[in-house]
Amino acid sequence: MWFSLARRLGSLLIVMFLVATMVFFLTRLAPGDPAAIMLGDQATPADVERLRAVYGLDKPVLVQYVLWLKEVVQGNLGQSIFLQRPVTTALAERVEPTFFLTLFSIVIATLIGVPAGIASAVWRGRAVDQVVSALAMLAANIPSFWLGLIFIQFFAVRLGLFPVAGYGDPGASLAERLAHLVLPAAVLGIVNSALITRFTRASMLDVLGDDYVRTARSKGVPETGIVLRHAFRNALVPIVTVIGLTIALLVGGAIVTETVFGLPGIGNLVVSAVLRRDYPVIQGALIAVAALYVLINLAVDLIYTLVDPRVRA
Amino acid sequence: MASPTVAFLNRLFRRKLVLAAACVLLAFVLAALFAPWVAPYDPGALRVIRRLKPPSELNWLGTDEFGRDVLSRIIYGARASLGIGAAVVAISIAAGSAIGLTAGYFRRLDPPIMRMVDAVMALPDILLAIFLVAILGSSIFNVVFALAIVYTPRVVRVVRASALVVREQQFVEAARAIGASTPRILFRHILMNVTSPVLVQATFIFAYAVLAEAGLSFLGAGVPPEVPTWGEMIASAQQYADQAFWVVLFPGLAIVLAALSLQVVGDGLRDQLDPRLRKAL
Repeated sequence: MWFSLARRLGSLLIVMFLVATMVFFLTRLAPGDPAAIMLGDQATPADVERLRAVYGLDKPVLVQYVLWLKEVVQGNLGQSIFLQRPVTTALAERVEPTFFLTLFSIVIATLIGVPAGIASAVWRGRAVDQVVSALAMLAANIPSFWLGLIFIQFFAVRLGLFPVAGYGDPGASLAERLAHLVLPAAVLGIVNSALITRFTRASMLDVLGDDYVRTARSKGVPETGIVLRHAFRNALVPIVTVIGLTIALLVGGAIVTETVFGLPGIGNLVVSAVLRRDYPVIQGALIAVAALYVLINLAVDLIYTLVDPRVRA
Repeated sequence: MASPTVAFLNRLFRRKLVLAAACVLLAFVLAALFAPWVAPYDPGALRVIRRLKPPSELNWLGTDEFGRDVLSRIIYGARASLGIGAAVVAISIAAGSAIGLTAGYFRRLDPPIMRMVDAVMALPDILLAIFLVAILGSSIFNVVFALAIVYTPRVVRVVRASALVVREQQFVEAARAIGASTPRILFRHILMNVTSPVLVQATFIFAYAVLAEAGLSFLGAGVPPEVPTWGEMIASAQQYADQAFWVVLFPGLAIVLAALSLQVVGDGLRDQLDPRLRKAL
């Protein structure tokens, strides 16, 4: 087990190194000199030259790359062009809404997906199964930004149940801030419940036909006990895996959803950085998100090992 | 005598839902191809006097903030949205197959290629796409290129996995024994045997690409605003949503309908092409 963990950590580091390298060189392909962008239209060529020297942009690209990589390894993602602060600070300031949005969304997606998948497997081929499968298929193909706009119109504007957008005033309490997350989390949760539903259904169908389920049934264990205690526990490994994968997908989904609901999260930061060509922020966010993604995957693998003793061997 | 193709289509369309989805797709494709004849109005014609009018006999799906006919814009939007989706599919299938075959057949090249694939897939689809469009600049070509880069790794994984299995089979050994060249083995024997999973992937990527393009346009990092795509229609109209819900509702329904139909057809194809999956999913 320790050996395989070490090997996984190794390939994780390689993947992160490749992501960082890719992000660095792709950014260099971008048109326009970062120093010129930073200084705006009024700058003289001499000003631009001076700033290029300050940021090391006058050095050969490979030298810049090595210097940059050294900083990244030490956790320094550079300086935002527009925000006048380090990228890590900018990311840290925006992490709260994104964190809670992702958390609520995965809870909602799981609360929809797992019961729906179980019901669908237990009543396989019946009306419940068909309705659940159809809804899951529909949910997976709804653009989240569109569903967000529809929800805002209906639940916030027409019914006035939730705030329309934003994250409350600067001094708002945590409860007030979290109230702003109900609609976006519902949107993201619904859209991402589809995968969990499908996996739960498939995984339950797999175990419901197994011998121990038949044994339990012949012993006279009530059907609920069979489904929840005997079948569901054994179906749990793929379900845990897919919930983990969904968390990783949510990070991407959050970008669009935050924009629709005007939440000041990481996604919003990235989108405005893209529109303003604030490359250090884009680079930093990409690396942070990729790191999160590989770490979630690693965590899923570890949980997998803990939940299923067979994998440990 | 029914040919294998006809027999296959018969089986595929026995499921009513798959048939219905295929019909919806066909309708979208025909509308896109014959847009000038199908659309009731010029999609760019401004009639400010009729701005934000609800659906009526004159404008079946209402008019937008410039008085343009929403239905006509959706029909023309199908051109861009589906055209971009199709181009993304074509490029990512071609590139993904070539890379996947290489990784699956040449053992030494497998680890570096797959680590690159892991690296690209470590970034969320939409995030990588907006990053690439930001670097390349916003144009239809660049959106296609960016989305193709995003989806190529999926094809690589599928093709590689199949190629690893097919490579070990006897007919490949036989081909090698009678002196077939490596390219011939790769393209005639291995590629031909991985077409089913690739075909299924193609429909899914098409659906993802339609959704992703809409997302990009919505974020303002998609095609230039003068190109009417479904995502762009929603993005530009969203501020009028509370006065005129139809400007947001109908283009969104077009996206859902197109992506859903592709997904249903893809599921149907997979069930037919891979009998092992028929039970589980």
